[in-house]
Amino acid sequence: MSTDVTRTGSDYRAIEESITMAPLERLGTDDMDHELLTLNMGPHHPATHGVLRLLVTLEGEVVRDLKPIIGYVHTGIEKTAEDKSYWKVIPVVERMDYLAYYFNAYAFCGATETLLEVEVPPRAQYLRVIHMELNRIMSHLVWLGTSALDLGAMSTFWYCFRDRELILDLFEQSSGQRMHTRYFQVGGVAEDIPRGFEAKLREFTSQMPTRADQYKDLLANNEIVLQRLRGTCPLAEEALLSLGVSGPLLRAAGNPWDLRKATPYCSYDHFDFKIPVGTEGDNWDRFAVRVAEIYESVKIIEQAMEGLPEGAWITDDRKVALPPRHELATSMEALIHHFKLVTEGFRVPPGEVYFPIESPRGELACFVRSDGSSKPARVHMRDPSFVNLQATAPMTEGSYIADLIATLAMLDPVLGGIDR
Amino acid sequence: MPDSVGLELLAQELREADADSVLDTVFFRDKGAIEVAPATIVATLEFLRDKGFRALMSVHGVDYYPYEPRLGVHYELLDMSSVDRLTVKLRVPLDNPHVASVTPAWPTANHQEREVYDMFGVVFDGHPDMRRILMPEDYEGHPQRRDFPIGGEPVLFTIDETEGTAYTR
Repeated sequence: MSTDVTRTGSDYRAIEESITMAPLERLGTDDMDHELLTLNMGPHHPATHGVLRLLVTLEGEVVRDLKPIIGYVHTGIEKTAEDKSYWKVIPVVERMDYLAYYFNAYAFCGATETLLEVEVPPRAQYLRVIHMELNRIMSHLVWLGTSALDLGAMSTFWYCFRDRELILDLFEQSSGQRMHTRYFQVGGVAEDIPRGFEAKLREFTSQMPTRADQYKDLLANNEIVLQRLRGTCPLAEEALLSLGVSGPLLRAAGNPWDLRKATPYCSYDHFDFKIPVGTEGDNWDRFAVRVAEIYESVKIIEQAMEGLPEGAWITDDRKVALPPRHELATSMEALIHHFKLVTEGFRVPPGEVYFPIESPRGELACFVRSDGSSKPARVHMRDPSFVNLQATAPMTEGSYIADLIATLAMLDPVLGGIDR
Repeated sequence: MPDSVGLELLAQELREADADSVLDTVFFRDKGAIEVAPATIVATLEFLRDKGFRALMSVHGVDYYPYEPRLGVHYELLDMSSVDRLTVKLRVPLDNPHVASVTPAWPTANHQEREVYDMFGVVFDGHPDMRRILMPEDYEGHPQRRDFPIGGEPVLFTIDETEGTAYTR
C-alpha cells in the first residue's frame, strides 16, 4: 500500500482491509487438518505455577507435542551447598522446593546423619513427623487452591489459604519463621515445641478434617470439575514407572508405593495410616488421592502428638550438636565444642549416601558425598517435580489444551524444586 | 537392601555375564554400590532390570576432583516388590567424558542425563536431545565441576547483549 498519503480515517480502514485472512502456514499437505501451531505457554503464565515454559505444538485445540523448557529460576543451590559447612547448608537446601521445606531439610539432615551415624532421639523424630505432616497438608492445600483456580473455582483458593495460614502460624510458634524455618538440625530439631503449641495443634487437627470435607463437597460434586478431571489425560502405571514418576501421581495409577510404609524412616512405622490409591490414573484420581492424603496426615499428626515421647529433642553428641547455653558458663569443654561447631562445623566421615524420603510430590532424595572435611563435596537433590515433569508430554499428547492446564495443575510441579 | 553377601553374589553374576564389567563393590551404611566399566553400563542396567530392579529413581553426577578418573555418574535402582535399592556407579576421565545413554531403555533418564551433561560435561551418546537443561544455552563451562569457581560469573541480561543498538531504546 502507498505510504505517501496522510493517514485519515478511511486510509486506516484501507490498511485494515488489506490484511489477508488466509492461514499463515501449512505443513505437509494443503489439507487444513495438518496446520500446526507452535505456541509458547509461559514462562509467565498463571497456570504454569511458576516460571515454566511449555513449547506446545497444537493442531487446532489438540496438543500434538510438548516440550518443557526449564531453568528460569536456577540459582545454583547445589553449587552453593558445596561451599558451606554442613549445618549452614540446611537453610540453603530448604529453599529448593519452597512448598516442602521441612522435607528438603530432612532429606539433607537424614543423609548427613547416616554418614555421621548419629542417633536421633525419639522426641526429635516425633517432632519431625509432626512438622513434616503439617508441611504435607500445607503443600496439598496450596496445590488444591491453585488447581481449583486453574479450573475456574476462585473461592476454594481463599479457603485453602485460610487453612494454610493456621499451619504457618504453628510453624511460626515452634521455630519463629513461617516459611524456610530451619527447624530441623543435624541430630534433631532446633528447639522443643513451646507451651501452647500442643493446644493450637489439637485445635487445628480437630477442624482440618471438617474443612477438607467442605472442600471436597465444593469440588467433588461440581459438574465442571468432574467434566474437566474425570477420564482426562490418564497414564498407565507401567509408563509412569518407566518415567520415574513417584508420589501421588503413581499412587493415582494404583501402585501403593509410599516410602513412609515401604522403608519407614523417622519412626513412621509407629503410626497407623493408610495409603490412598486410585484406579484409573486420570486427573480425577490424582485429585482424589491428594485430598485423601490430607486426612491421613491429620491422623499421623494426632497420633504423634498423643504419643510424643519425653526427653531430649536433639542428640547429646557434642561433636555434632551445639551444647546447651547454660553449659557454656561452667564447662570449658562445652565452650570449645561450641567454638569449633560455630567456626568450622563438624567433620563428616568420607562416603556417599543417597537418602530418599516421601515428599508431597514423590521421592525426594538427597545425595551427599563427603570427602572427610566439614563441607560436603557434593549435594544433589533428586527432586520429584523435576522427574515428574517429564510425564507431562505423554500424559497430554492428543488431548485438548484445556486438559493440558488441568493436567499441569494435577501434576503439581514446584519450579523452585525443578530448577534448584 | 541387599546385604554385603547379596551384593557380592550380584556382582559375581555380573562378572559371569561380562568379565570386565564390575570394577568394585562398596557396602556402606547398609547400602550396596557396584562400580562398573563405563562401556558396560547399558548391559549392566538391563541385567539388573531382569533381576527385579525395574525402577531407575535417579541419575546424578559427581566430580571426584582431585582423583582420577574425575567425573562420576550414579544410577539409583529400586526394586519395588522386594524393597531393594542398589547404586550403580561409573567414572569417566575428563578428556574423554563419553557414556552410552540409558534414555532409550529408561525414559526417566532423559532430563537427568541432560542435567549431568549441563553441570559436569559428561556426554551421553545416543541421547535423543543432548542439550543444556538448567543453564542458558550459550553458557560456557560446566558449573558443578569442583574446579569451577563460585561467584564472579558475569550475569547476562538483554541490555548487555544489545547495548548501543536501536533495540534497547
